[in-house]
Amino acid sequence: MNMNEQLQPVITALADRFGAQSNEFRSEITLILTPENIANACQALRDEFDFNLLEDETAVDYWPEQEPRFHVVYQIYSMHHHQRVCLRVPVPGLKPSLPTIETLYPNANWHEREIWDMFGIRFTGHSDLRRILMPYDWEGHPLRKDFPLGYEEVQFSFNAEQIDQDKSYAKREQE
Amino acid sequence: MGIEQKTANMGAVTMRLEDAVNWARTNAMWPMLFGLACCAIEMMSAQAANYDMSRFGMELMRASPRQSDLMIVAGRVSQKMAPVLRRLYDQMPAPKWVIAMGDCASCGGVFNNYAIVPGVDVVVPVDVYIAGCPPRPEALIHGILTLHEKIRGEKITTWA
Repeated sequence: MNMNEQLQPVITALADRFGAQSNEFRSEITLILTPENIANACQALRDEFDFNLLEDETAVDYWPEQEPRFHVVYQIYSMHHHQRVCLRVPVPGLKPSLPTIETLYPNANWHEREIWDMFGIRFTGHSDLRRILMPYDWEGHPLRKDFPLGYEEVQFSFNAEQIDQDKSYAKREQE
Repeated sequence: MGIEQKTANMGAVTMRLEDAVNWARTNAMWPMLFGLACCAIEMMSAQAANYDMSRFGMELMRASPRQSDLMIVAGRVSQKMAPVLRRLYDQMPAPKWVIAMGDCASCGGVFNNYAIVPGVDVVVPVDVYIAGCPPRPEALIHGILTLHEKIRGEKITTWA
């Protein structure tokens, strides 16, 4: 396929220089990198191979099935060649941290803030790492698999009155 | 009978103070623009030409809490928005009322998770709850008229 032919020099260059393993699924290329060389790989992609748009940066939590626990996923697109490549970085769960790519792609600012908020992965060198979706003093990282769902009990007919007693409108009626 | 006819002939009408004050409060109640999510669209369409809310006195919606009497919480309130909501409610001058419009503002709606406040009545005291997801503009108008009836029934002991 011509997509693979155009991407092939990129993949071989990244594999030689940074030890990236590549997977392919239905013509989508995924390269697996390590936390030490993700920043250099992104720099090489942007400067040498014209991959100028960071489309998406997100994270996945595979606890407890896989170790390392987090995978940070970068989707980088080249407008000049109409090519897309996906980078994955496995990050262990104890004090997870990665170098930031905000200096290369400025739109990573909010993406990395969201990953910090939802997963707790620190980005070293980030200019403004604080919570973006939850309140600033929230404790915990909601999208981790061991974060409680945080739901309240559904009222069915057998527990309706018992749940009603703890509600705010019940207390106001008692006053 | 006699004295009222006499005063009416002279152009003076007597009524109870409660009736007068409550009539004045209901007939020109300006809501504050507090559309948060999808219910805001139904609130906008209730304000627009087809289901006109201006015929009930709500001529316009004030964006500033200092100039409004009624806060229609239209939409889901997230944990990050709840302190903002409380602060805006505190900035409204008395008398003020709150309508929780829609399921998300009344009880959390379809959402049952860490991010959405389960019902806005944990943040502000609510007078009228309107069910629906989203409630039709007629349902919103019905809720507002219910609030008007509630205010018409207020006694001087509650607000004096």
